[in-house]
Amino acid sequence: MSRATGQEPVAVVGIGQTKHVAARQDVSIAGLVREAAVRALEDAELTWADIDAVVIGKAPDFFEGVMMPELYLADALGAVGKPMLRVHTAGSVGGSTALVAANLVAARVHGTVLTVAFEKQSESNAMWGLSLPVPFQAPLTAGAGGFFAPHVRAYMRRTGAPDHIGSLVAFKDRRNALKNPYAHLHEKDLTLEKVRAAPMLWDPIRYSETCPSSDGACAMVLTGVQGAARAPRRPAWMHGGAMRSEPTIFAGKDYVSPQAGRDCAADTYHQAGVVDPRRQIDVVEMYVPFSWYEPMWLENLGFADQGEGWKLVEAEVTEMDGDLPVNPSGGVLSSNPIGASGMIRFAEAALQVRGAAGEHQIDGARLALGHAYGGGAQFFSMWLVGSERPDS
Amino acid sequence: MNAAELLATVPALAGAEPVTRVTIPARLDYTYSPGSAQTRFLKALTEQRLLGERCPSCTRVYIPARGVCPTCGIVTNEQIELPHIGTVTTFCIVNIAAKGLDVEVPYCYAYVLLDGAHVGLHARIGGIPHDQVHVGQRVEPVWREPAARSDQPSLAAISHFRPTGDPDADPESYRRWM
Repeated sequence: MSRATGQEPVAVVGIGQTKHVAARQDVSIAGLVREAAVRALEDAELTWADIDAVVIGKAPDFFEGVMMPELYLADALGAVGKPMLRVHTAGSVGGSTALVAANLVAARVHGTVLTVAFEKQSESNAMWGLSLPVPFQAPLTAGAGGFFAPHVRAYMRRTGAPDHIGSLVAFKDRRNALKNPYAHLHEKDLTLEKVRAAPMLWDPIRYSETCPSSDGACAMVLTGVQGAARAPRRPAWMHGGAMRSEPTIFAGKDYVSPQAGRDCAADTYHQAGVVDPRRQIDVVEMYVPFSWYEPMWLENLGFADQGEGWKLVEAEVTEMDGDLPVNPSGGVLSSNPIGASGMIRFAEAALQVRGAAGEHQIDGARLALGHAYGGGAQFFSMWLVGSERPDS
Repeated sequence: MNAAELLATVPALAGAEPVTRVTIPARLDYTYSPGSAQTRFLKALTEQRLLGERCPSCTRVYIPARGVCPTCGIVTNEQIELPHIGTVTTFCIVNIAAKGLDVEVPYCYAYVLLDGAHVGLHARIGGIPHDQVHVGQRVEPVWREPAARSDQPSLAAISHFRPTGDPDADPESYRRWM
């Protein structure tokens, strides 16, 4: 599954985000996605005429209740007379949408592709959408937090991680978000004590260790070598990218460290020639909707040995000034327009290697990982982007 | 710019109350076809029996039976009746209500690995204070009286699981089967 030789190198030449907020009452869904798309085009100094195809992603239609929203978004995204396709892989969709777009460029199907992902949570009830009873299970799942809390407890029990690790991650990401003008939560007065004192929503997950509910969109313009040569700003280059899936429930499924996640990371690293991710990767934008997933994914992604992820958190390795910064943007814990959240991770990784992340820039970032997961910890999508062209 | 500020820029709409929401109700009744395997499982529940299935290839035992092995991708047709006892492999305490979910908060949502099964059944733990629920605890189903059940056979035939009071299970017995 490694990237075949002869593929077109893929460059990120435009990135756009909306300011993620609880409710964007001034725009429709169409207005929201167009805002991100226009910003990505402006960043690339391109026009709609330069776009050959549009790839859009969002989380389940049940959230906003709009069936197949891509139908009515075709005009807002300039897809008239062009191929447009919708991707869906639950929470990981923002990542897999970008990868589908990237693969169209890599395969030389299209020269320049616009990829967009969004969620307008203020018009939705995601907790309801994720709690629908299914006939072959007892109706007990209360939203994503209710689904994942037992897995967090299993991690804590398996590794002996002390109770305060989750609060350290939440406090770090919310402080990082203060440096990101697009982040939803800007909690200037937050203290570690306040994080720890928050009520348990789904014990062992506290309110303060949970992602917000956001309206937002993210867009990227992807192109090949020629497009990159014409780009006005330094591109980010894709060095590897992979998706993996596994069933929601099966005998032997490791909810704490799913096999599909390990395989997806191994494939991505192999494509990029990464053999020691902890040493070779400079910064990670990781999909952490509940704070405990940072230590869990540190292990799943090979940055720490099994059972050791929480020690990196405790040692402040994942802080902005640590040797493996995780989520300098503030992450999903600070902004969660669900369908866009994966693409924001991919885009923030690209911003880092372009040296364009502003106040939350990690100095000298040359290789960055964007990561997303979704469904019952069963869909994974990742990419590695670098400041240099992979074949150079 | 909020909706009111946006309207203020349009002279014809100056002072108008902004229309920020139009609620469009939608309704969905899902007609589910359980198929032969789940029909067997659901009918067994009405007789207070717990029916699983073994995969002929990997030999793992699934409950509820779905008629296929999700990893081998082949039909499972060997039925196995499982005992009314299992082990809590993990859990959480849910303190917030989800809209449309017919369960009183707080409640304990647990994975119960029935003896002989290789996947946990998702179940509510009751009959003890929540701070006494723990991983490894041995539990048994509490069945609803037939009169208290809904018309259709479903997992609601089991009200919840409660501790048996037996010593905790050996962690090795459930380490791989959450």
